[in-house]
This record gives sequence, structure tokens and C-alpha cells, in this order.
Amino acid sequence: MTTSTNWRVTRWVLLGLFAAYFALPLLSMLDFSTRTPGSDPGRTGEAWDNLVSDSVLVEAIITSLLLALFTVLMMIVLLVPTMIWVRLRVPGASRLIEFLCLLPLTIPALVIVVGISNVYAWVTYLLGDSALTLTFAYVVLVLPYSYRAIDAALQSIDVNTLSEAARSLGASWFTVITRVVLPNIVPGVMSAAFISVALVLGEYVFASLLNLGDTLPVVIALLGKSEGATSVAASLASILFVALLLVGLSFFGRNNRARNENA
Amino acid sequence: MTATRSAETTGLAVELTDLTREYGATRALDGLTLHLEPGELVALLGPSGCGKTTALRILAGLDHPTSGSVSVGGKDLTRVPANKRDMGMVFQAYSLFPHLTVLDNVAFGLKLRGEDRDTRTRKAAEKLELVGLGEHGTKYAAQLSGGQQQRVALARALAIEPSVLLLDEPLSALDAKVRTQLRDEIRRVQLEVGTTTLFVTHDQEEALAVADRVGVMNKGRLEQLAPPAELYATPGSTFVAEFVGLNNKVAVTVRDRQADVLGSRVPVIDGSVDDGPGVAMVRPESLLLEAGGSGPNATVASVNFLGPISRVYVDVDGAESVMAAVPSPIAVRLSPGDRVRVGVEQTPLLVVASPSA
Repeated sequence: MTTSTNWRVTRWVLLGLFAAYFALPLLSMLDFSTRTPGSDPGRTGEAWDNLVSDSVLVEAIITSLLLALFTVLMMIVLLVPTMIWVRLRVPGASRLIEFLCLLPLTIPALVIVVGISNVYAWVTYLLGDSALTLTFAYVVLVLPYSYRAIDAALQSIDVNTLSEAARSLGASWFTVITRVVLPNIVPGVMSAAFISVALVLGEYVFASLLNLGDTLPVVIALLGKSEGATSVAASLASILFVALLLVGLSFFGRNNRARNENA
Repeated sequence: MTATRSAETTGLAVELTDLTREYGATRALDGLTLHLEPGELVALLGPSGCGKTTALRILAGLDHPTSGSVSVGGKDLTRVPANKRDMGMVFQAYSLFPHLTVLDNVAFGLKLRGEDRDTRTRKAAEKLELVGLGEHGTKYAAQLSGGQQQRVALARALAIEPSVLLLDEPLSALDAKVRTQLRDEIRRVQLEVGTTTLFVTHDQEEALAVADRVGVMNKGRLEQLAPPAELYATPGSTFVAEFVGLNNKVAVTVRDRQADVLGSRVPVIDGSVDDGPGVAMVRPESLLLEAGGSGPNATVASVNFLGPISRVYVDVDGAESVMAAVPSPIAVRLSPGDRVRVGVEQTPLLVVASPSA
């Protein structure tokens, strides 16, 4: 009995410590971003107001959300059919694809930026210098994480047998991919998408060094020098947004399992 | 079994002609020619790597022959892709689509054929009823047992009213009791719908139990193709004899189409050695262990209880060890070390040339 009681206490203490470790900085940010400037103590929502009224900040938020959206779309369009096709038809190439997808992980972001700045001279020449052209660089950036998530989902089903069954029932390759394989890897694709969103919303190095206009992290860094409270409010908002996404992700995954197991 | 087939069969004749399939240096199929009558169930039997699955996959269009041709109902299908062949297939691995209900799984092929919702629901429900799972339409694959999943897979394959039904070791992943049940079920359903069927298995009992004809395959070739009883009674080669469970090899001498087997004179079947020394393939149930018989003396080495029958291994004095299949009520009275006499039933048997001769 005492052992189990001890364990329970230990567990709660550990949980409390971790909660404090994660929550304290966030609470401090909340405190800082709502404090009245000057010496008299008091609360103000001015910094949070700025998130929707400061036009530079609002534009940056919209840019970053659009970047996240385009990155996710392009990642899905490029990666999902490629991975399914490689698995079904050219399994010999799977090592090569894996290597290529994981490569960005091994090269420091700074090095990539220096490397692709020349490429971007062409991109801006052809497509204009909108911040949204960062999408191309971000797709490369999120490849390793997306690859892992989708690969895990593909491994959890017997892709070959399922597609052969579908083929024998009369399905074309396009139907096999869209109606048989894709619906069964939705959780993996969703988690790839959520991770990509989280990465794009926090990316600073590419955006700042390629100098392609203001994304949210760039503006937050800039504001940090002049309007501390607003910058912290924006940071906190973006952290909470990503955290919500991740909670949504695990909830989504659980829902899916429930369908498969509820007997 | 043939007698119970419905008169007007919907099946088509299947023609595999001189199929060869090479994977690099390995030859998985070596000139296989096989003809299936309309409505017939042919089982391809053989050890793993004998090419039986390759043959089935080529018929399905999931693999392609290096040379040779495939035709169904007189139409050449050699170059037709799998999704245009109209063949229903059940796989060894569970293959139900996890994201669809059982009913939607069965209706999948009908949906691809553009049947409207009512028609495909009705047809799918009929097929589920046929395999005894009418109640389970709204479940998902993960909620079914292995045997139920394979039944649904069978219903799904039949729903498209296929020209040929292909069964690729559909029972291998199941436990023994379910396997026997489902085996008989498959045969019942096949006779009812009358679809020409190719059944691939490595289990001789399974093949003999369900098939109109059994083809024994070895090294990419067809060793023998015959109705089960004929295959069992008159195996064409050592390989076939061993594969259908005639595993006792006894050195004999053949004279006047009779062999001296452990002291008994037994007639030999066609294709046996004409005269002189050879090896007789003796089936375990042809050996009788008697207390007061006239056969040679032997010592019981071990007894394996298998339910209705038992396997008794005996060392024959001055000869080799043999295995006898003995009714268990008799076998229980035997224990290792007991002395018995070995008799041989007068069933014609195959005598092949001895390896050294």
C-alpha cells in the first residue's frame, strides 16, 4: 500500500514540475504582455489589441498562415503520390527517396539559405518578390518530418495486398491511390500537415535572410526591439495556436483508432 | 462432389499455355500448361517456391509471363491489365479495406462498375448472406475474426460476378478448426455460383477435399493433374506420392507386376518399375500392425496420438523404419518397445526405380 501511495505522490510531483516548467514561461509572457507600461501596476489589453489592429502585424500573420497553407498543400501534392507510387511500383527507389527527404535535416538552415539565395534570385525574377515564394524553400524544410509521418502511416497498412485487391476488383492506379490507399493514411497525412504548419509558423532564418518580406516570426523579432509587449503577445498567440493544432492532431488520431477498435 | 454441381454453369474455360516466368536467373514457371473446364475447381498444390502462386498471379494479371499466354473463355488476356480482367481474388493476407464497412467492401467492385446505390447494396447484401455474414454489414474489418474477414473477402470477390475466381492460399492464416469449416464453405459457395476457380495451396488435405482436379507442381512444372481420388491411388511420381502423404519408402523387388513388400505380395500400378528392384511408396494406412500376423517382426519406436488415428513408427527387423496410420483404439494398446508384426493391405501401389539403380 505505502509503495503505491508513494508512487502516486511521486507521479503527481513530477507532473506538477513538468507543468510548471512549461506553463511558467507562458504565464510570464501573458503577465508581461498585459502589464501597464510605467511604474503604476495595472492591466491593459493594448498589446493584444495590436494583434488585430497593427496593420504590419496583421499582414504578417496573414502571410504566415497563407505560407503554412501553401506549404502543406504543395507538400501533400508532391509527397503523398510519390511515396505511394514508390511503395507500389518501384520499391527499389524507396531508399533513395528516403535519403533525399531526410537530407534537409542534416544541413544547417543557414547553409541552405546561403545555397539557395542564388536560386531565389531566379524565383523572384520569375514570380515576383512576394513572401509567399518562401513556400518552395519551406516545402524542402518540412520534407523530413512529413516523410516520417506519412511513411509510418504507409507501413501500418498492407499497401501491396490492398492495392492488388482493388486492382482485381477493377480499380485503375489512380483509383487505387485516391480511394484505397489515401483514405487509410489520412491520420499520417494530417500529422504531416500539422507538423508542417507548426514549423512554418516558427521559421525565422529563411524568411529573414532571404529578405522576402515580413512573416510573423520576422515581425515579432522586429517588434521585440521597439514594442516588447506586442511582440510577446504575438509570440504567445502563435505558441497557443500551434499547441491547439497539436492537441487537435492527437484528438484526430484517437478518433480514428476508436472507429477501428470499437467492437 | 462433381454430382452436386448445378447443371447450367456460368463458368468460362481457362487456358494457360506454356507459361514461363523468369526472375533474373531463377525460373519460377517452366512451361506450365493448364486447362480449366467451365465451372471447374482446380487446386494447384506444391511446396513453397514451386511456382503455383506465380501461375495464379499471372492469371490475375498481377504478374506477367516471360513467355506463354493466358486466355479465358477463348479470349486472349495475356496483355490485359489486372483491373480489366474481371477476376475475383481472395488473398492469403487479410485484404479488406480498413476504412470501409463490410458492406462497402463487398460493394467496392460494383461501385467501380457504375452500379447505382440500391443495386450494389442489394447485390452486396446477397453475397454477404451467401457467406453467412448478413448481420455484419455495418462492421469494419478490424472488428471481425480472421475467418470472417476471409469470408467477406470471398463475398467481395464474388460480388463482381467474376469470370474466374482466384484463391491464393486463403486459409493459411487461419487456425485449424476455422480452416476446415471455411474450406467446405468455399466449396459449397463455388458449386452454388458455378464460377471456374483456381485454388492455390500447399496443404494436400485442403486440395484433395475441395478440388475437382488437383495439379501437383514442382520446380515450375506440373507433375500430375488428376481428380483427387485418382491422384491419391495412382501417383505418377515419387514427388507426387510424397506430397499426397505416401511417405513410406520400402525397398522391394517387382516380379509379374507384383511387389514383395515386407513379406506380402502387392500389385503395382501403371507407371511402376517393370521388373527387378525398386522403391515402393507405401501409404501409412496400408500398413497393418497385427499381433499374430504373418509379416515380419518389428519393434514399436513411438506412438503419436492424432485423434481418430495415431501414427505409429516401427523399426522392422532387417529392414527400414516405417510409419503406420492406425485407428487410435488399437494404437492405445501399443507402447514403445512392443513387438508387433507388420502386414500390408492389397492396395495397388507405386514402385519407382531405386535411386542407386
